[in-house]
Amino acid sequence: MMTDSRRLAFRRQRGRIALGALTVALAVLLSTFFRLQILRSSQYQLRSEENRLRAIGVPAPRGTIYDRNGLVVAENVPGYVISLLPGPSDTIASTLRRLRSHLEIGPEEEEDLLEENRARPNDPLVLRDNASFEQVSFVEQRRPEFRRVVVEMRPHRRYPAGPAIAHLIGYVNEISETELEQPRYEGYEPGREIGKDGIERQYESQLAGEPGTRYVEVNALGSIVREFDGGLGDPADPGQDLQLGIDLELQMMADSIFPEGMRGGVVALEPRTGEVLLLYSHPTFDPNRFIGGIPTGLWNSLRDDPAKPLLNRVSASAYPPGSTWKLIMATIGMRTGALAIDTYMQHVCTGALAYGNRTFHCWRPGGHGGLDLSGAIKESCNVYFYQAGQRIGLDALTEGAAALGYNQPTGIDLPYETRGLFPESREWFDQRYGARGWTESVVWNLAIGQGENQQSLLRQALFYTALATGEPPIPPHLARSEVLADRRVSWSLDLPDARRRELRDAMIRVANEPRGTAYGFRLDRWTLAGKTGTAQNPHGEPHSWFVGFAPAYDPRIVIAAIVEKGHPDGTVSLAVPLATRLINQYLESIRLPPEPERLQVASSSSASEAIPTP
Amino acid sequence: MVERRFRGINDPALLALQMLLALLGIAMIYSAGQVEVPSVATGIWTRQLMWLGIALVAFWVATRVPTRWLEWFAPWLYAAAILLLVVVLAIGTGPNTRSWLNFGPVRLQPAEVAKLATILMLARLLSGKDQDFAGLSRLWKPVAVVVVPFALVLLQPDLGSAVIFGVILIAALFWAGVPLVKIFLLVSPAVSLLLGFNWVVWGAWFIIIAGFLYFHRPFIVESIGVILSNFAAGALTAPLWNSLAPYQQNRLLVFLNPEIDARGAGWHLIQSKVAIGSGGLFGQGFAQGPQKRLAFLPEQHTDFLGSVIGEELGFVGVVFFLALFALLLWRLLRIAVDASDDFGGTVVFCISAVVFAHLVVNLGMTVGLMPITGLPLPLLSYGGSFLLLLFTGLGITQRVAGQR
Repeated sequence: MMTDSRRLAFRRQRGRIALGALTVALAVLLSTFFRLQILRSSQYQLRSEENRLRAIGVPAPRGTIYDRNGLVVAENVPGYVISLLPGPSDTIASTLRRLRSHLEIGPEEEEDLLEENRARPNDPLVLRDNASFEQVSFVEQRRPEFRRVVVEMRPHRRYPAGPAIAHLIGYVNEISETELEQPRYEGYEPGREIGKDGIERQYESQLAGEPGTRYVEVNALGSIVREFDGGLGDPADPGQDLQLGIDLELQMMADSIFPEGMRGGVVALEPRTGEVLLLYSHPTFDPNRFIGGIPTGLWNSLRDDPAKPLLNRVSASAYPPGSTWKLIMATIGMRTGALAIDTYMQHVCTGALAYGNRTFHCWRPGGHGGLDLSGAIKESCNVYFYQAGQRIGLDALTEGAAALGYNQPTGIDLPYETRGLFPESREWFDQRYGARGWTESVVWNLAIGQGENQQSLLRQALFYTALATGEPPIPPHLARSEVLADRRVSWSLDLPDARRRELRDAMIRVANEPRGTAYGFRLDRWTLAGKTGTAQNPHGEPHSWFVGFAPAYDPRIVIAAIVEKGHPDGTVSLAVPLATRLINQYLESIRLPPEPERLQVASSSSASEAIPTP
Repeated sequence: MVERRFRGINDPALLALQMLLALLGIAMIYSAGQVEVPSVATGIWTRQLMWLGIALVAFWVATRVPTRWLEWFAPWLYAAAILLLVVVLAIGTGPNTRSWLNFGPVRLQPAEVAKLATILMLARLLSGKDQDFAGLSRLWKPVAVVVVPFALVLLQPDLGSAVIFGVILIAALFWAGVPLVKIFLLVSPAVSLLLGFNWVVWGAWFIIIAGFLYFHRPFIVESIGVILSNFAAGALTAPLWNSLAPYQQNRLLVFLNPEIDARGAGWHLIQSKVAIGSGGLFGQGFAQGPQKRLAFLPEQHTDFLGSVIGEELGFVGVVFFLALFALLLWRLLRIAVDASDDFGGTVVFCISAVVFAHLVVNLGMTVGLMPITGLPLPLLSYGGSFLLLLFTGLGITQRVAGQR
């Protein structure tokens, strides 16, 4: 039996051992904490920040787009995006139920949103891309109720003239996965808005700017908790502004006066600079509704609309040029020596002409009688041009058209331009129909702008620019830039100017002399020169064309217009009044004084009338 | 061994330390609830405050109970605790385990009750009369007393508490005067269990055991028993490992290398180290820790409360808390050494061992020194049963402190 003192001594010894163990353990713990908190603290602080900070792209405001007079074509307005942070699907659904009436979310849209959340459960769910101020304040005032709802401000593209400029401006929208892989969009992040069509697409690199970054604090679930203002991140670099040669008021006028219920388009060029003054296609759509995601229903209805509102009928679409082609025939004929302004043909017009066992008709059943080239242009006599085509010959015609820039794009600064269609040579027919599958009569059809002959409004406007100025035109361009205005097309009329003026005068007669096909629509204060066209349409009534320029002696505007099936009662041509009203509006808007030569024209035209016409 | 007159609080410094730690713990639990993500920890400090009230009552009652009574009642308490452990296996609740008994609004962990009961039972067994620890076989009673709750707790399964029962056994034997070599030989099979993974290391362990046996010269039967049990334990390693749930295996593996499962089990450890490391010298400020606020810290009000302390109060805070614990443990040791009766001294020493083991295992876990076992920080972490156990034990300690 141990005595009390021995027991005490023994316990003291055990107590010292325990104290030693305690000291060692605490020392180990302390040294570990020291290593973590003192020696490697900066490393862990960095790791903590990496943990909780996320870089988020700050969209750069796109450059503002102005028209030639400084009016805003495209601008950025503050837009509010209301979105829902990721979370359990039943929470999302219940928040959505509480918000739907206030955010004007319909039952169908609600279903779409829930579907989207199921597809991408870890991404914020955008409820309203362009929320109204009332919607934003509703959410903000009820913050505690809607903790998962995030309101962000983001520049929002707006096109004040909307439908009037749809086909030239394009629209912006989120970059697609296929686009992300294209070299054109190298360095773009998913979710970024890009120009999808028109000017927005063409000048993306200039308009886009550089997105910046900001840092937000996220929790362990990845939800954004708040903005982090620790001096990190950099601001977005706004895109550059862009000025267009477009006249916005002219554009809006075209939208308001385009014949109701009809389809077609109109384009106007500034002949001295190549600037596009007007580019309008009808029917149209409101590009504002495409911003921030095109509603599926809207897209489908636009795509499936038989009127094809998404189609750019000015540059992306080609029509048989009809009688507007007769000036190309006249030019080629004069160049080859086959025609002069006073050349008469062998057969007078009796309303039709036979080729072998086929009969080719003139548009006027009673016939035009005998006409020279000038008169045939004025009255648009088909029988004359059948014979002119015959005289020029197929080879000279195909060569001549190519020498006038046909079969090439005009080079306008818009995506998806059509090249049009015109046979390149005799072999083209052989390849298409076989060596024996066609006859020389094709030249008759080609001569009056039918057959294998389809041209865009823009192409025709460009050729008439050459007729108006006598110089190789500047390729049409929407953006105002010295670089673009410093170019010339590689072709020219290659006619002595006297010859060109003869053709111009014939076009003046079209609009200013009785029996001229556009006589009813001459301008009051300036001389109009132009050519109508009636393009046969295999799908129905013919299309109504007009291509012209004014003032004839000092052209300031070249216009080409088409109204599909634009002869409602068989004779009236809807394209002509459309074009002349726009010309008038433009010339008035630039305050062009009335022409002094105007009276001389009248006298010269009366001289022309001395030529007897049946 | 005459019991002195009861004087209530016999060691006011100890009471001050325990109250300071418990109140600071509630403050840290409050901070743990300051998060940006909905969390069970938000507002839970009020519940801990309530538990502190209950624990203080238990403390007061414990100071009133003569230690002699406790010695008498120890077998009954022990039996009741074992019964509770059996009951909890049948009807218990809890995440992944069956460790809680529901009594209306409060939940009790019978394992904590069993820890105290086992301590009392061991103290009764190992004190009062001189013991002869000449042979290992003479230790079968205390070993049996611990093995029963140990096994029942392991079945829940609660590995952390099971380890604590092992610590209690070692502490009681140590304090009762069992030679260190014998304790070593007793524990050696557990080491074999860990080393059984690797033949070379395990073989080296056998050489060490053989060396001890040679110099210590125990009975032949004992030597054979030690060797055989070590062999059995090492052979059991692989089957036991395979019987563990994958999450338990992962917890043990990530202790060796957290990056092998950085998004899963290693996540807790990595985030805890990031929180503590980013605290630096002075910390991010009370309730300000971003790791905790943004819910990167798991179980921030219980198992990883130490990480919150490290992140928000920095190294300075950690040193302060460790100093408080060092003082507390030093006081407990003093009382155990000075205790006039063996029973009380053993109880106090075992309580100090429990506090010490929880402290080292928990903080070691937060910095990656120990595997993740889910043991709370004593007196600080949220949890009523453990606070109740500690305050009761510290109440007994006050009583023992009056019997010098």
